[in-house]
Amino acid sequence: MTAAADVPSPTPTAPSRSAFGAAFDKGFEILCFSAATFLLAALGGIVVSLAIGGWPAFQTFGLNFFVSAEWDPVQEIYGAAGAVTGTLVTASLALLFALPLAFGIAIFLVELCPPLLRRPIGTAVELLAGIPSIVYGMWGLFVFAPWFAKHVQMPIMMSAEPGTLWEKITTGVPNGAGILSASIILAIMILPFIAATMRELLLTIPAQVRESAYGLGSTTFEVVRKVSIPYVRTGAIGAIMLGLGRALGETMAVTFIIGNAHGFPTSIFASGSTIASTIANEFAEATERLHAASLIALGLVLFLITFVVLALARLLIGRQANL
Amino acid sequence: MTTVAAPRLSRRISEGLFLTFCWVATGIAILALAAILWSLLSQGIGGLDLNIFTKSTPAPGSEGGLLNAILGSLMMCVVAMIGAVFIGVLAGTWLSEYARDSHYGKVVRFLNDVLLSAPSILVGLFVYTILVAPLKGFSGLAGSVALALLAAPVITRTTEDVLRLQPIALREASVALGAPVWRTILTVIWKAAQGGMLTGALLAFARISGETAPLLFTALNNQFLSLDLTKPTANLPVVIFNFALSAYDDWRRLAWAGALLIAATVLTVTIVARIIAREPRRS
Repeated sequence: MTAAADVPSPTPTAPSRSAFGAAFDKGFEILCFSAATFLLAALGGIVVSLAIGGWPAFQTFGLNFFVSAEWDPVQEIYGAAGAVTGTLVTASLALLFALPLAFGIAIFLVELCPPLLRRPIGTAVELLAGIPSIVYGMWGLFVFAPWFAKHVQMPIMMSAEPGTLWEKITTGVPNGAGILSASIILAIMILPFIAATMRELLLTIPAQVRESAYGLGSTTFEVVRKVSIPYVRTGAIGAIMLGLGRALGETMAVTFIIGNAHGFPTSIFASGSTIASTIANEFAEATERLHAASLIALGLVLFLITFVVLALARLLIGRQANL
Repeated sequence: MTTVAAPRLSRRISEGLFLTFCWVATGIAILALAAILWSLLSQGIGGLDLNIFTKSTPAPGSEGGLLNAILGSLMMCVVAMIGAVFIGVLAGTWLSEYARDSHYGKVVRFLNDVLLSAPSILVGLFVYTILVAPLKGFSGLAGSVALALLAAPVITRTTEDVLRLQPIALREASVALGAPVWRTILTVIWKAAQGGMLTGALLAFARISGETAPLLFTALNNQFLSLDLTKPTANLPVVIFNFALSAYDDWRRLAWAGALLIAATVLTVTIVARIIAREPRRS
């Protein structure tokens, strides 16, 4: 690897052609170096520009920006707590739904799938990852939400005992939009990412390891539970975090279906908002300086949350295998 | 242990439940894909006539198409891809050929991976604050910059990955013939890895062609046909967003047709990329 870079310049026996060639060697390296540094600068630029742009909001509201859930563009009072909670709740619920399914798919593709079906099913899962977020949003709002309202939301709301906690967390307008619907759509969106990473991880297990377990008479379930999962544990946690990172920052699909109401989400069927959906909805119309600054400050909060999650994910996956 | 009857039964049951669960999980994913594709086709195909490609976005109630949005999206994506390929290929080359084990290389690789999955709306905010706000105007170019920032990390990543797969002997052979390192990279390593690099570029293109969030406040939108990227530029994703949430049926019909167009493009490009990259799979 370094051998290629450290090779001495061509010998002077071919002077006419290599004079420029050797001279440009350094130039090309600098060009490549600059491109790589540009990427770093872009990431740094995002943090710095968000911090500067959001500064007026932090200055005006101080710590209140983080603990207050009041978001009132008319009176110019902004607090991030509602959107932050919405983001964390929808992303966690999405992860909760997606995780077992993604895991099942990965196991299916590695252990159970008939060879003939492996490629088509693998491709189908990949396509699910390729569908643009806005298409998920439209499908969620116009197809999924009505179905969900009729077949899931109404029965649950009807059967909830009045006065119980369950009744409290399941109240809402029965239109199918809200926290839970957004979480389900998010779950479908992050499912293929977690499944694909998990599958790659499972494929790194040496065949002998799995085969010895099978040879001892283990069932598939036992091999997976006692051999495969322990083997890829670190990386699997990384894969989960990667999915969480996607769910946290997902914008358009959530904007369509979460209902876009400010404040703390009160029930799983209630409308809510996430950081990304708030920015998407309001930023283009945020003419007041403080409004725009508060949205950018929200962006900074989102960046910090996702940065921590994604960095952890990369560290854990990187430790497991070079994926 | 295995001679006891009861554990055997429980093992068989847990095994059966587990296998069923894996089948069902996969079934759910396939079902979701089928449901989404079916909705796209059934709702979108009706609006997909010649007008879509020949007329610009209409006022509610009048006839129109998506020509301005399609053209705007194409222009922005092409400009973005030119920038992203330039940056991404060079950065990926640096990571693979010059900085494999250096500390700085590790930092760049790590942060590029973070940038790769960073929320796209934040990239939109970033471009807004550095380009749109200072220049006092939304523009297609700002949209292109935002898209390029999303595509570049993908290309960097795939370029590095495929370049690393090239055998060292290839580099040594070229250098031994007297080629300088830069020529070795350009004419030997890139050439050997071109299929993989093309796949990376196509996947990056697939990713940005459906991106909506970063365009909301960079390219904005434009009702009229315009080839001027320094002005607000119509683009499919934002038009779909606005039309889908409108109260007009004909706008919604156009939104579905646009969604079908975008999804078809993205899925086709993804499949083509996969075919190019087809590698022997481990079983």
